[in-house]
Amino acid sequence: MSERDIEAGPTRRPEVPPPHVATDAEVPTETIFRIRDLDFFYGSYRAIRDVHMDVAGNQITAMIGPSGCGKSTFIRCLNRMNDLIPGTRVDGSIDYHGQDLYGPDVDAIEVRRRIGMVFQKPNPFPKSIYDNVAFGPRVNGHKVASMDDLVEESLRKAALWDEVKDKIKKSAFSLSGGQQQRLCIARCIAVKPEVILMDEPCSALDPLATNRIEELMIELKRDYTIVIVTHNMQQAARVSDRTAFFTAEVSNEGRERTGVLVEFDRTEKIFTAPTDRRTEDYITGRFG
Amino acid sequence: MTASTAGTPPAALRRGSSRSSLGLLLDAVYSGALFLGTFLGVMALGLLLWTIYDRGWDRLATDPGAFLTNFVSRFPARAGIKAALYGSLWLMGLTAAFSFPVGVGAAIYLEEFAPKNRLTNFVEANISNLAGVPSVVFGILGLGIFVRLMGMGPSLLAGGLTLAVMSLPVIIITCRESLRAVPDSIRLAAYALGATKWQAVRHHVLPAAMPGTLTGAILSLSRAVGETAPLLVIGAAVAIFKTPDDVSDPFSALPVLIFNWTGRPQPAFAEAAAAASIVLLAMLLAMNAVAIFLRNRYTTRW
Repeated sequence: MSERDIEAGPTRRPEVPPPHVATDAEVPTETIFRIRDLDFFYGSYRAIRDVHMDVAGNQITAMIGPSGCGKSTFIRCLNRMNDLIPGTRVDGSIDYHGQDLYGPDVDAIEVRRRIGMVFQKPNPFPKSIYDNVAFGPRVNGHKVASMDDLVEESLRKAALWDEVKDKIKKSAFSLSGGQQQRLCIARCIAVKPEVILMDEPCSALDPLATNRIEELMIELKRDYTIVIVTHNMQQAARVSDRTAFFTAEVSNEGRERTGVLVEFDRTEKIFTAPTDRRTEDYITGRFG
Repeated sequence: MTASTAGTPPAALRRGSSRSSLGLLLDAVYSGALFLGTFLGVMALGLLLWTIYDRGWDRLATDPGAFLTNFVSRFPARAGIKAALYGSLWLMGLTAAFSFPVGVGAAIYLEEFAPKNRLTNFVEANISNLAGVPSVVFGILGLGIFVRLMGMGPSLLAGGLTLAVMSLPVIIITCRESLRAVPDSIRLAAYALGATKWQAVRHHVLPAAMPGTLTGAILSLSRAVGETAPLLVIGAAVAIFKTPDDVSDPFSALPVLIFNWTGRPQPAFAEAAAAASIVLLAMLLAMNAVAIFLRNRYTTRW
């Protein structure tokens, strides 16, 4: 699907972001992630090189770029999900509120409690809707006055409560794909993270379900900082405040592809007046 | 297609027009041969059940109460299977109690925690090898280690441990396969919520793998309960006139009793052996039925 987006032809230009997108001047925010000279390796193969980025709080930051440019790998560095793959390594620094995320005394599990993640394909647990939401707080040993209230609150924030309140003990697999994805968002919210990372959260959903998730993201940014990877440029234009464009540099006679950050700016600027020629080519569909 | 050809079927669709009649013949021959293979398998089972039913049903049906509750006897008409039946039930319980936790634990370690290195590969290869070792060899192991070295004697405990060691490889292998069938997205979902590896396994991966594991464990257990050779090697008895009180008691078991009875000259003992086989088969089929039920009822469709 993503490839088709890119190859769809040179005439299509994503719409200008609608007016709800806040500019830096309107919303004073602090820097949540301060990323400097980030390299990421699978064994000796460098998948990402020299990423430099500041992610601001209570904003939606979108990562766009062609397949294989390292966007997903990059956001998995932000909650140390990549630690789970043996033989991977991070160079450079990611500071989270001024603290080195990869410091020697940092607990990756604690990191993932603060920085939640929603995946490409909805992946609810094969349990009840209620248990899906309650799992995070339970394993994290949160002292919760009433789990029922926390479950309801999380489902309300994920705009799912009204649809599921009568069947909360039913299997999560009985929900539609879009509902399952909102359940995954509710499940993430229940742990009370500060940041939500979303890795192409709508790529398995139809346009209506996508629309609901996008509306939800815009609501959620009041309380959370959101970083989203998307293959859909219109989506980045619609929801995000800032956009980062990644591309892959091909080296070693086409055998190696290393992701680089080409341009990172306000979404409006990226889509209307990009500085870099490669960004312009990509967003106007001239890429490749 | 033009309007003029509508209504008349094109010649190419007619039977035998493009394919040779030899091709069609071979098609029929192969499907017939495949059916025959299936049929022979089912026939063998049917014949087995029929033979045992034919020889043993009268003996069992005349006085099932006495047959199930009498101890063995020199007189075939008075002989019963009580000690062997109790022995087999005890063995089943002991084997399950030892092999299930150890097997599932080993499978979880190998599948979820073990580093992927040569030592792990070596262990994995040898577990598969163990699954292929003949049961009588496990009997010799049980005799050497449990009966003699650890001084358990020919007791229920020694029998249960021997059968447990024999069942372990199959339980480990089926449990690992079930764990592997749980999609990684479930593990990632749990990790992303701040779960530790153990929490992810304990709350999500293991429950999802349980139906498959239980099915494998029950099938492996039913094989163990039907085993004769290892029990003969470690010294299971026939002439036992009390039910076991605890695991240190000597024991008998249904397959051992059946083996003993079939070796006797009197035809009446052969009938008794067939009757005991019906009881043993009923036990095993019931266990398999439970396994199938669990699989159909609880398996998650991803």
